[in-house]
Amino acid sequence: MIAEPMGFYTDTTVCIGCKACEVACKEWNQLPTSVDRLLEMSGDSYDNTRQLDGTHWRHVKFIEQFSEDRSDGRWLMMSDVCKHCATAPCLEVCPTGAIIRTEFDTVVIQSDACNGCRDCIAACPFGVIGINAASNTAEKCTLCYDRLQAGMEPACAQACPTDSIRFGPIRELKQQAEARVRQLHVLGESRARLYGADDKILGGLNSFYLLVDEPEVYGLPSAPKMPSRNLVPSSLLSTAGAAVLVLLGLVGFRKRRMDEHV
Amino acid sequence: MSDTFFTASPEWTWWIVLYFFIGGIAGMAFVLASLLDLRGDPLDRPLVRLGYYVAIAGVAISGLLLTVDLQRPERFWHMLIQSNTGRPMFKAWSPMSVGAWGLTLFGACAFLAALAAFSEERPDIKILQSAPIRWLRRRGAAVGIAIAGSIFGLFLAGYTGVLLAVSNRPIWADSHFLGLLFLVSAGSTGAAALMLLSIWRRAGSPAAVSWLAWFDRRVLILELLVLIVFLVSLGPVAGVFLSWWGLLLAGAVGVGIVTPLSLVSHRAATERQLVRGASLVLFGGLLLRMAVLLSSNAIHVLGTGVTGP
Repeated sequence: MIAEPMGFYTDTTVCIGCKACEVACKEWNQLPTSVDRLLEMSGDSYDNTRQLDGTHWRHVKFIEQFSEDRSDGRWLMMSDVCKHCATAPCLEVCPTGAIIRTEFDTVVIQSDACNGCRDCIAACPFGVIGINAASNTAEKCTLCYDRLQAGMEPACAQACPTDSIRFGPIRELKQQAEARVRQLHVLGESRARLYGADDKILGGLNSFYLLVDEPEVYGLPSAPKMPSRNLVPSSLLSTAGAAVLVLLGLVGFRKRRMDEHV
Repeated sequence: MSDTFFTASPEWTWWIVLYFFIGGIAGMAFVLASLLDLRGDPLDRPLVRLGYYVAIAGVAISGLLLTVDLQRPERFWHMLIQSNTGRPMFKAWSPMSVGAWGLTLFGACAFLAALAAFSEERPDIKILQSAPIRWLRRRGAAVGIAIAGSIFGLFLAGYTGVLLAVSNRPIWADSHFLGLLFLVSAGSTGAAALMLLSIWRRAGSPAAVSWLAWFDRRVLILELLVLIVFLVSLGPVAGVFLSWWGLLLAGAVGVGIVTPLSLVSHRAATERQLVRGASLVLFGGLLLRMAVLLSSNAIHVLGTGVTGP
């Protein structure tokens, strides 16, 4: 039974890119710095994590918007994480039942049940899930399920020095986020908007964001969809095709008999 | 830009390419063998048996390929049984879950059909003439197995494309026609495989081989049409194929559809032409799956690096 949905509200306007969340996440969840590759520098950005995967459950994105001569520009920073979607594509497709919805309305992969088929990776519209080479199973942020069960807040939110990552009941977080958007609009930042706070995106994201540009600028899809949107039309077309193939075979017999009688 | 470009690749590569190829052949070989079994004449029996053997060999290899592809192969049974409760694991809305059951049930039908076929072929082996196996060869049982196996065979030939479509990956989730394309391609490769084997093993009347060739010609034309519709349905995403992947896809069309059609497009095609044509169809079917799977796999999560203001 879900007592009250819990989640994250990330205000990207106060993120300073310190990556304390990334470190706290790795420490608490005992995630290796790197398993299958050497520490690599991106070489073109302060962002060396590059993307979320099985061993990077938090990723501070550095969106660097500069003119060619670098006389004009800005940095947008955003601590990215699993969105714990209200209707989760990964949970929908998982064939082993390893992905579950918890009593906090969060989405968790049970590593001991996952067999590494990777269907969830293809289904996630945000590119959040990856294989952890240490366990050889699909892994992602659990929203610190173990800490939540003990009444603690997730490690990343606790470590965030600017309160860019806020944790709490979704209902309260939405009120805070809406107030912040209004404040930014008054201050002249008319591009401020919430991403995933309402139910338009996958029924609502339990990790939603305050952005000051289009979602695509932050590497977020503008209208992510459920994988099952393709199930019925694809299946119907295939069924029709199967009928045509069988029919062709039968017509072939008719022709064969006619040829034999000639 | 399609929202599918913000996703990560599941890295379904060579094992899955081979599974899609071999699974398709196995499924359609069973269907074609069943049609010959139910509607053909007694001279077709060797070809019927060959079709059932191809199906059981194909499904066995398919299961192996799928298991090897798992990151935790020893947990393959989690697809069918819930690991924490021991109850059956089945999700009607997850093609991978339905596919695991479909493959298992198809395997059961293919096994029974192949067992009956082998007992028919080898009356000298005493154990194969036991009452349960003789029962499998009774008309009622044989028809039941042929129909059930054909339904699962058609499913196996097409669900792989539906599985890719029920995702959020570029190309795969951007069209509804992938299941149909893989099904039709399995039709052409399944018929080609049976044609090659029947010529090689001299297992089948010339009339049965002609029937396969007639079927394959029409399915190849259908495949070409579906492939065109598939590319059109991708819209701007089809631009992905303006690369080396496009060359692979063009190879699948040129080698696997157009050339074989020119080789076997007339009734009086020689045996040599049929062998060449069928071999090319098989190679083209493999290229098609490579192009569709590997091209999407090569697209990684859109980064957020340095951009203009």
